[in-house]
Parts: sequence; structure tokens; C-alpha cells
Amino acid sequence: MTDALAARLLMGLSLAFHIVFAAAGIAMPLFMVIAEWRYRRTGETVWLSLAKAWSKGAAVLFAVGAVGGTVLSFELGLLWPGFMQFSGSIIGVPFSLEGFAFFTEAIFLGIYLYGWERVSPRLHLGAGVIVAVSGAVSGLLVLMVNGWQHAPAGFEVANGQAVNINPFAAMFNPAWPHIALHMSIAAYQTIAAAMMGIHGIMLLRDRSNLFHRKAFAFALTATLITGVLQPLAGDFSAKQVAQLQPAKLAAMEGQFKTEQGAPLRIGGIPNPNTQETPLAIEIPGLLSWLAFGDTGATVIGLEAFPRADWPPVLLVHLAFQIMVGSAFVMLGVAGLGAVLAWRRRRLPDSRWYLWLAALAAPFGLLALETGWVVTELGRQPWIIQDIMRTLDAVTPMTNLGVPLVSFALIYVALAVITVWVLTYQVLHSPRIAPGHAPAA
Amino acid sequence: MNTLLFDLPSLVAGSIMVAMTFYALLGGADFGSGVWDLLASGPRARQQRELIAHAIGPIWEANHVWLIAAIVILFTGFPLAFAEISTALFIPLMLMLVGIVARGSAFVFRAYGSQTDSVRQVYGTVFAIASVVTPIFLGIIVGSISSGRIVVVDGAVRTDFFDAWLGAFPFAMGALTLCLFALLAAVYLAIEADSAHDEALREDFRRRALIAAIVTGGVAWISLFFIRQDAPVLYAGFVERPWTLATVGLSMVLGVGTIAALLKRRFYVARLTVVLQVICVMWTWAFAQYPYLVLPNLTIQQAAGPEITLQIAVVALVAGGLILFPSLFLLYRVFKGRKVFALIDAPAGNQTGARGA
Repeated sequence: MTDALAARLLMGLSLAFHIVFAAAGIAMPLFMVIAEWRYRRTGETVWLSLAKAWSKGAAVLFAVGAVGGTVLSFELGLLWPGFMQFSGSIIGVPFSLEGFAFFTEAIFLGIYLYGWERVSPRLHLGAGVIVAVSGAVSGLLVLMVNGWQHAPAGFEVANGQAVNINPFAAMFNPAWPHIALHMSIAAYQTIAAAMMGIHGIMLLRDRSNLFHRKAFAFALTATLITGVLQPLAGDFSAKQVAQLQPAKLAAMEGQFKTEQGAPLRIGGIPNPNTQETPLAIEIPGLLSWLAFGDTGATVIGLEAFPRADWPPVLLVHLAFQIMVGSAFVMLGVAGLGAVLAWRRRRLPDSRWYLWLAALAAPFGLLALETGWVVTELGRQPWIIQDIMRTLDAVTPMTNLGVPLVSFALIYVALAVITVWVLTYQVLHSPRIAPGHAPAA
Repeated sequence: MNTLLFDLPSLVAGSIMVAMTFYALLGGADFGSGVWDLLASGPRARQQRELIAHAIGPIWEANHVWLIAAIVILFTGFPLAFAEISTALFIPLMLMLVGIVARGSAFVFRAYGSQTDSVRQVYGTVFAIASVVTPIFLGIIVGSISSGRIVVVDGAVRTDFFDAWLGAFPFAMGALTLCLFALLAAVYLAIEADSAHDEALREDFRRRALIAAIVTGGVAWISLFFIRQDAPVLYAGFVERPWTLATVGLSMVLGVGTIAALLKRRFYVARLTVVLQVICVMWTWAFAQYPYLVLPNLTIQQAAGPEITLQIAVVALVAGGLILFPSLFLLYRVFKGRKVFALIDAPAGNQTGARGA
């Protein structure tokens, strides 16, 4: 394995690990603070139990996310010194602001977690709101930096150096709105689906526990709302990518030829050598319509780009198919739950539906990871689209297989322990009897 | 060299030092607490560990964001320096990261995971060992930046990835960092035990603080000898500015003051002197190194990014600070009681009992 590949794998591994915890750091605080707000409004102690239980999960996920994020902020320089040297002063501003947002989140999470008995109810709820808002803002700022890699703006290049730098133009680059919107919804969606599965499994064990009934209803609703919003955000993303990164769109769709009225391909195995995508179900004109709002519009194929500038077509296309498919699985299961709930006027708690919900849950994580693979592999071979190649940014350090293997082992260990700790928490969640009277 | 900190790049570099100072005083004490967790002994070993977990539980997460703050300011303001340091010090930086990951996750797993003693013990051991290893590498990294071995040729660092940090001075700085952090933690923990009205535990940490203070003094003396031999450019910086010798002297006086205050059980005075001692050591080092960001040949001016970025960074830092400092004040006020910012001993028996739980 070359050192450059090891560097890419290490970065990819660190991000694939971190993205789950980052999503939890964005979504869990919102869910816990909504639960606490419901408790303060209604006085129903089940909401208080939920707020406390979810905040404990948030604490673990946030802490592991924080150390993972620390690793990433260093790895940017350790693995990609060329990238950081070029772009540090262009996109450092949102990173610095993110530092403050993260700081705020850490401070108020401390107050939230340890302050139940120490601060007034109003300050406690307020602290929770601040955690939820700063978590979302911190994600937004990181995504602005990421957007800049896809649609670099706010500088000119002269003799290999960036000149005429405008950090605000870089921050508000053309790609930030769709990346931030799509990924932020994905954070809430992934966590909502995971919670739907976890509380669904617990209901299979004991269908009368009010704690898990409320939690399941909440998670199902959140999965439904995000499940409806996400395809709209995804459609917006596709239209933006068609404009900003046509090679990425072509790779996502396995579109080798530039053609008018391009079909949407469902499935299929793109082959870069034959430049064909066999085994796909093709819906004529739909790709042109989705990308440009016109079934006859011209979609640029990969043939328009030098072969050296192609993203890895097979991986990007497959990851894209899996992401879209996962989204429809989650939407379908949550939508079915909504129909059942509406027709029966009660929580859809039949065993088969709880099983279905449990099986749908991992698709959130799958969509999160594959969607991120589409975004970042679709940008290759560029670390900054059309400006700097990934291979030109890599560290001169050798033997990168050593940190790669070390961190792989660390991440596996952390993932296993985190799952174990969370399982312990879930198995020790409270038992609240159905007829439980609300506290006065 | 004549005007200190009046130009924009120096101001931004100064803000990195401010973040690093807070990191040392707050995050450093967390690491130091881990050292005392590892060295917990005697009849009250268990209580010592509980006090440590209790003391840092609500605040450690925030304390460690200072390091991230310093790093993002560094790569925003001085991307060249960030690239050089990351390349030449790849190995110690990676090892420090392993320590940070192991420490943070072990701590939270212990707090929120399975409650069986054997499992908690494993987490505790990982937490404690990582608390010792991480500051050593942090000190090695800081020492390497000052030892004049990160040589930049034609805008790129020349390194074999070992020579920049394998040296007596970086390792002396590693030892000094560990000792200072342990000293800070022991003094803070003595106050924590005192607020909890646990005299025996307070005396445990007073004894530990005294030992740490004496060892820190010894290590500081030894590292002074290494400066001349192993970090000649930094040494020249001291000689060029005779007043820095006065501040070195001041830090020694403060060290003696800490010992005296501990002997007389004036814990709040000891905390004041030990905090001033850390500030004095760090800023003396910064001024001795000025105007270089990375010795021997990368100055703050050379490494600085464009002026517009630095201007925006300064505005962002001020605006961020306006949110950050009141929030931090609230955090400490909630969990560390009314006397959290006390500098002198208040009349006894008037405690808020913040550690009552």
C-alpha cells in the first residue's frame, strides 16, 4: 500500500468514525431538550426520564465525538500539510468560529448533565437549548469548510499561492447551502431512526413500558419528519452538484456519455473500461429532469473529462444507490407507522411492525456513511475541486500504515465499548407502568 | 523586536498563547488529576480517586477545547507554521493524540458505563496512564518547537521525522510539563477536599502538592541547563532580553511561595502562586522565543497569513470571547461554588459546601 493511500484511508476512517458521533452531538441534544420541555410543560415524569436517559447517551457520544474531533483537527495538518498550508488562511475563519460553537456546546452540556439539582429549571432548559443550537451551528460551520473543498471560492491562484483572499466569500461558497442542509437533516434522521430501532426492540421485550412507548412514538415521528424532508434536500443537492461538480454527478449516476434526455439509472454496475453501466433499470429522461428540471436537458458525462480527473465511478455510484435506497426504506417504514397509527388511533406496537422498525434502524447509519462516501469520493482526485489534487497535499511522512493500523484498532475498540456502554444504559432504562399518573 | 505584540500577527500569536495558558491551567490540571489517580495510595486511595472524578466530571470537556482553539487559531493565522510543525513532529503529535483519545473516552466510559468494579478499574487505569503520557508528549512538542531543529528550507520543512524531537531539551520540557500539571492538580484537589470538609483527604493532597512542588523545582533547574546546550537559539533569546532572567527568577520565587503557602495550609494563596508560576514560565518562554514561531528560522511575520484573515480572526476571537468567558464563568460558578475565583482565604466555616454531594 502506498503512503498516500494509507493517508487517505486514515483520514477516511477517522471521518467515517467521527461522523456518527458528530451526528449524535447535533441530534441528541435537540431530542433531550424537547423531552425536558415536554416535562416542564405537562409535568409527565416519563418525559423527565426520557430527557435524563437521552442526555446520558448524549454525554457518552459527545465525549467520544470530542476526542475524535480533536484527532481530526490535528490530522488535517499531519496528513495534508500541503492542503492546510494553502487553505488555512482561506477557510480557517469558520473553523475558528466552530471552535467557539464547540466550546459553548461543551460548557452547557456540562451544566446540563451535572446541573439537574444545581441550577433552576429555567436555566437548565436554557442550557439544553444552547447545547442543541451550538451543536447545530458547529456542524454548519464545519460543513461550510467542507463545502469550500467542493466549490472553492474567495481567492485567486498566482504562482501556486492563494492571493486576494476573501474569507467571507470562501465561507459562503456556492456549495455550502446544499451540503449543510442535506447533512444536517441526515444527522437528525440517522439518530431518529437509530432511536426508533432501539426503543422498538425494547418494546418487543415489554410492550407496556410507558418509557419506551413515548420514546418510540417520538422517534417514529422524528424519523417520519426527517424522512419527508430529506428527499427534498437531496433533490436540491443533486441540482447543485449538476451545476458545481458535473463529474461527480456523472459518477453518481454512472453517466459516461454526454447526452440529452439522460435516463435515471437504478442499480447497475458502472464499468470505466467499457464506459457503460449495465444491469441498471433506466427511466428515460428522468436524470435530465432531476438535475435540470427538463427531461430533454443535456447531462455531461464522464467522457467530457480527462480520465485522470474521474472520481472512482463504481464506488461513488454504488454508494449513491445504497444511500437513496436506505432513505426510502426509512421513509417507507416510518410512513407505514404513521398510517397504522392513524387508522388504529394508537401506537403501532404490533410485533411485526416493531420488528420492521428495528430492521429499518441501521439504514440511517448506512445512508449517513454512504452519503458521505458519495460526497467525498465524488470530489476525488481533488482535495480542493479543480485547484489542488489530493496526492499533492499529502505529507512526506512514510510508514503511514503504522498510524493507520493503530488508529483502526483504536476506533474499533472505541466503537465496541461505546455500543457496550449504550447497551448497558438502554437495558437499565426505567420501567414506567402504563397507568402512571402524571406528577402534580 | 522592539515593539512587542503591537502588530496584527503578534496579536494573533499572542491569542494562541492565551489559549495555551488556559489549556495548561485548566486542561493541564485535569491531566495532573489523572496522574494522582494513577498514584492514588494509602488508606484513602479510593476516596482520592472519587474526589478526582467528582472534581473534573462537569468541566473536563470544556477544559480540553482550549487545545482545539489554539490549533484552529494556529492554522487560520499561521498555516505555514502549522504545516511545518505537523510534518516535523508527526510522531509525537500522533502519540499525543492517542493519549487524548484514550484518556477522554476512558473517563466518560467509566462515568457512564457498567458499574462493576473490575470494568471501572480497567477504564481507570487507561485514564490514568494516558493522563501521564499525554502531557509528556505535549511538553516534547513545545520543547521541539523551541529547540531550533525544525529547519525550513525553501518553504518546506527538512526532517527525518525524528531529529526534531529526539533530544534532551524536548524531553526535559516533557518532564517539566508533567510535573507542573501534577502540581496544579494537587493544589486544586486540596481545595476541593477542603470545600468538602474532608481534612484527611485535604492533607493527602497537600502532601502530594508539596512533593510535586519540590520535584517541579528540581526538574526546572535541570531543564535550564539543557537550554544552553540543546536549544541555543532560545538561550540567545533569554540572553538578549535580560529581563526574562528576572521573570525566570520570579517563577522560582513563586515556586518557593507555593511551598510556603502549602506548609502554612493557605490553600487559596498556594493556588494563586502556582497559577502565577505557570503563567510566568509559559510567557517567559514565549517572549524568549519572540519573534520566532518555530525556531530557528520561521518568524511570526513570515508564517502569518494575509492581513484580512488575521483581522477577521481577531474580530472573531473578540466576539467569541464575549460568549465564551461569561459561559465559562457560569460553568465554574455552578460547579465550583461561590469561592471559585477566591484569591485569599475567606473566614473559615463560611463555605458553600459545593462538594457536598
